[in-house]
Amino acid sequence: MSATRRSLTLLPRTVRADRIVRSVCPYCAVGCGQLVYVENEQITNIEGDPDSPISEGCLCPKGSATYQLVTGSHRVQQVLYRRPFSTHWETLPLEQAMDMVAERVKETRDATWQDRDEKGQTLNRTLGIAHLGGATLDNEENYLLKKLYTSLGMVQIENQARI
Amino acid sequence: MEARRRGATIIHIDPRFTRTSAMANLHVPIRAGTDVAFLGGIVRYILENERYFRDYVVAYTNAATLIKEEFQDTEDLDGLFSGWDPKGGHYDVESWQYEGTSDTVPAAGHKEIFAEKGAGIPRKDRGRDVLDEKKDETLQHPRCVFQLLKRHFARYTPEMVERITGCPQELFLKVAQTLCDNSGRDRTSAFAYAVGWTQHSIGVQYIRTAGIIQLLLGNIGRPGGGIMALRGHASIQGSTDIPTLYNLLPGYLPMPHAEHAPDLAAYIHGNEAATNWWSEFSKYVKSLLKAWWGAAADASNDFCFDYLPKLTGNHAHMVTVKDMADGHVSGYLVVGENPVVGSPNGALQRRGLRRARWLVVRDFQPTETAEFWRTSPEHERGEVRAEEIGTEVFFFPAAAHTEKDGTFTNTQRLLQWHHKAIDPPGDARSDLHFAFHLGRRLKALYADSRERRDEPIQRLTWDYPTEGRHDDPSAEAVLREINGYTVADGKPVSGFTELKADGSTACGCWIYAGCYAEGVNQTARRKSHREQIWVAPDWGWAWPANRRILYNRASADPDGKPWSERKRYVWWDEKALKWTGSDVPDFIVDRPPSYRPNKRAKGLDAIGGNDPFLLQADGKGWLFAPSGMMDGPMPTHYEPQESVVRNLLYKQQCNPARHEFRRRDNRYHRAFDDPRFPLVMSTFRLTEHHTAGGMSRTLPWLSELQPEMFCEISPALARARGVTNGDWATLTTARGMIECRVLVTERMTPLAIDGRRIEQVGVPWHWGAVGRVRGDAANELTAFGEDPNVNIMESKALTCDLVAGRRPRGEAGREAFARLDDALTLDADERRALDEEGLRGAGPPLPEPTQMEPKG
Repeated sequence: MSATRRSLTLLPRTVRADRIVRSVCPYCAVGCGQLVYVENEQITNIEGDPDSPISEGCLCPKGSATYQLVTGSHRVQQVLYRRPFSTHWETLPLEQAMDMVAERVKETRDATWQDRDEKGQTLNRTLGIAHLGGATLDNEENYLLKKLYTSLGMVQIENQARI
Repeated sequence: MEARRRGATIIHIDPRFTRTSAMANLHVPIRAGTDVAFLGGIVRYILENERYFRDYVVAYTNAATLIKEEFQDTEDLDGLFSGWDPKGGHYDVESWQYEGTSDTVPAAGHKEIFAEKGAGIPRKDRGRDVLDEKKDETLQHPRCVFQLLKRHFARYTPEMVERITGCPQELFLKVAQTLCDNSGRDRTSAFAYAVGWTQHSIGVQYIRTAGIIQLLLGNIGRPGGGIMALRGHASIQGSTDIPTLYNLLPGYLPMPHAEHAPDLAAYIHGNEAATNWWSEFSKYVKSLLKAWWGAAADASNDFCFDYLPKLTGNHAHMVTVKDMADGHVSGYLVVGENPVVGSPNGALQRRGLRRARWLVVRDFQPTETAEFWRTSPEHERGEVRAEEIGTEVFFFPAAAHTEKDGTFTNTQRLLQWHHKAIDPPGDARSDLHFAFHLGRRLKALYADSRERRDEPIQRLTWDYPTEGRHDDPSAEAVLREINGYTVADGKPVSGFTELKADGSTACGCWIYAGCYAEGVNQTARRKSHREQIWVAPDWGWAWPANRRILYNRASADPDGKPWSERKRYVWWDEKALKWTGSDVPDFIVDRPPSYRPNKRAKGLDAIGGNDPFLLQADGKGWLFAPSGMMDGPMPTHYEPQESVVRNLLYKQQCNPARHEFRRRDNRYHRAFDDPRFPLVMSTFRLTEHHTAGGMSRTLPWLSELQPEMFCEISPALARARGVTNGDWATLTTARGMIECRVLVTERMTPLAIDGRRIEQVGVPWHWGAVGRVRGDAANELTAFGEDPNVNIMESKALTCDLVAGRRPRGEAGREAFARLDDALTLDADERRALDEEGLRGAGPPLPEPTQMEPKG
């Protein structure tokens, strides 16, 4: 079959998809609608959602590159760990890394806890741990982070809204 | 562009002629950092030429309100308002208050009183007698807001606008005329801005000036009007509403301050207003505490208010990093942000990271922040080595938005649910997964503690259902908690008006109440725009109450009728006796336009039928802000921290209330005319890249579209510095040195500023040391320094120098840096000279003669 003839038998990825999932562009704050095409549990295409009253199917260069953002080879799939004074990354199992971070948080919190200030006013906090980031996260993620950190007494919680 | 297709006139005001300018009807170049002078000129034009929308201004703004006799303007004090405390470096707002009121008139948020230590004194009651304010609806009284505004901006003439901004008078007048011609009963105009307006030491006052213009022209609360923030991240609005910010709890409830909020009663008393929606404050905060500490929180223990950590001052990003660099902050969690490239003074950012004991970075791939210990300009110059850096670093791969459920809140307050399409690859997980499982582990680690300080974590409600093979917490369950529910039966509330102060409701974010009304995920609604009215109320869900335009009561006249057929939006239905229209009315739905509160009215009863601005104590749009602003009740033109010229309007050069970080690793240039740094610099973004590059410099498509770091300069500057298009050049400030290609273009317009020719350099800030395309980061050049209202940096207007050639490397680089350091070290005489000029720190102007008396 010639290439031209063969092309007649091909179906576009958008037609072959097992399902189309409604989504939102992850780049800027305009909130353009996206359609995510999935075939065999792989994302095969992402394009603008024509139903969106915000974008009516349009995406800018960044939004149009979302497919590459989520499927590209840049994505790291393992936890990387750099020991103090080391010159290289190592890999760590996820569960172990999570345990280690929880231990670091507890240790630092306990060592830097402040019950009261010099005037006797209640502080109930730690200034030993800080957080940065949030504007690229979901509301639900920011909510759980803020809730958890506040319960730990962290106050130095900041994100991109400050820059 | 859609608006232009339908006939709108687009005006683009920007130091650079960009692709946006090419699509606009008019491009207006101005000097970076002078927008208050430009916009203030428009305010003056509107007032002097009587172009304001009189009926709107008299009824809906505080134009008629009289201000206390003690108030003194910047015209009286040469650049300062009354109430300035030169020792503390801040204002007392007492003299800015309405005549006839004994208390401070509260602004939503009240940061100026409570959140910042020393920023003001707490008052006994908040806006209790605001209804006693004195007014002159003829707008003639010399102390009414209207006349104060007129006097304040009287010298912002077209001539002065030209001298300060470099924009020719004719062009300025064309903008002012076009704007006025397109405003009124039949027409509205909108402002759209981005961080070009915010990243200044007076950033908030830029937006305030636009607010004043829009109120004077009647462009707020009406279709086609408003002020639009074009924000840069998918949920930057959401991360402000549900804040990963130090000074706020969800829904703009202030974080309690140790001094002002020893207990719940004091906290509520200090933050609730006597009138408007903020009079319901206790309902919002108690419902939040119930959502967080569940059954453990009740009236007998202050709803666990004690569990909240307390502030003692500014704990914002730059203060935290400074403290980290000084060894006071041990642990740092950085989630989806890249401060080494995106935050000011990259060298100081890395100094902080080197002093931290442990760092967690969550992203798609290691960013410059994750790699700081082996890749940085300091490594390149041989100043630091990985073997000497003790920071322990964890990099966790993050799930993409297509691999998790959740909501983004866009810049128009619209929550849109994105559905999970597939599982994340390998060990990549969502940040929801991270937060939830970190919390679970910490609960386990603290389970056996008997310490009182560990109770908040032990008792935290954290029982979200999990799903899938990775035990992902249900995002929908979290959204349900954010929406709020009645404690007895767990039924979702349908709006914030259902919240109670008796502990019977729980709600994670009161302004989001209703996003899960009827147990339905309202944010996932996706009815095509072709199948509904143009307002599109059935697409997603906008806070508050699915309302698309805030303060939309103002789209009708005081009697409740549309200002015009053409701009019909929300109105009073005489027959049904309620507000109705194309949007959810932003008003008490059955309150007639004729309703007037009596003097003893409190809470929501104090809102008159003609008071559209429901979050302000007096229900009016504020032309003059008696509170809420740390740097003045009316916007004033101050030069940036670093400028090429003196302030032509006042002796006070810079915003007196700005926050400086004077330290060896964050040096500033002289406030003006620094011979070492004669050029104006402004950073900017490109359509093809995203912020610090973590989501764009790794993609081949986007990297190919914008492959290399560059700066934009005019042909004249290129000739003066001996570079041609495509050559290498080095940009220098007191903080750092970067190299880039020069893009020589006539799109960069040299400006005539008060008889001098001023050159500007445009610098995109997306590049950094790792990724598919790499380059020097613009933020190596910027400095720590804060606007006093929101602690934002000043990266849109500073000074720099540019020389031909690449930046020196290795030993030569180290020497160049040392020379830079020497040149910047002031000797005692120089320091004294600067002090005498009042240019080093915050403070009032010194009584020295100025030779620059304005003409107009």
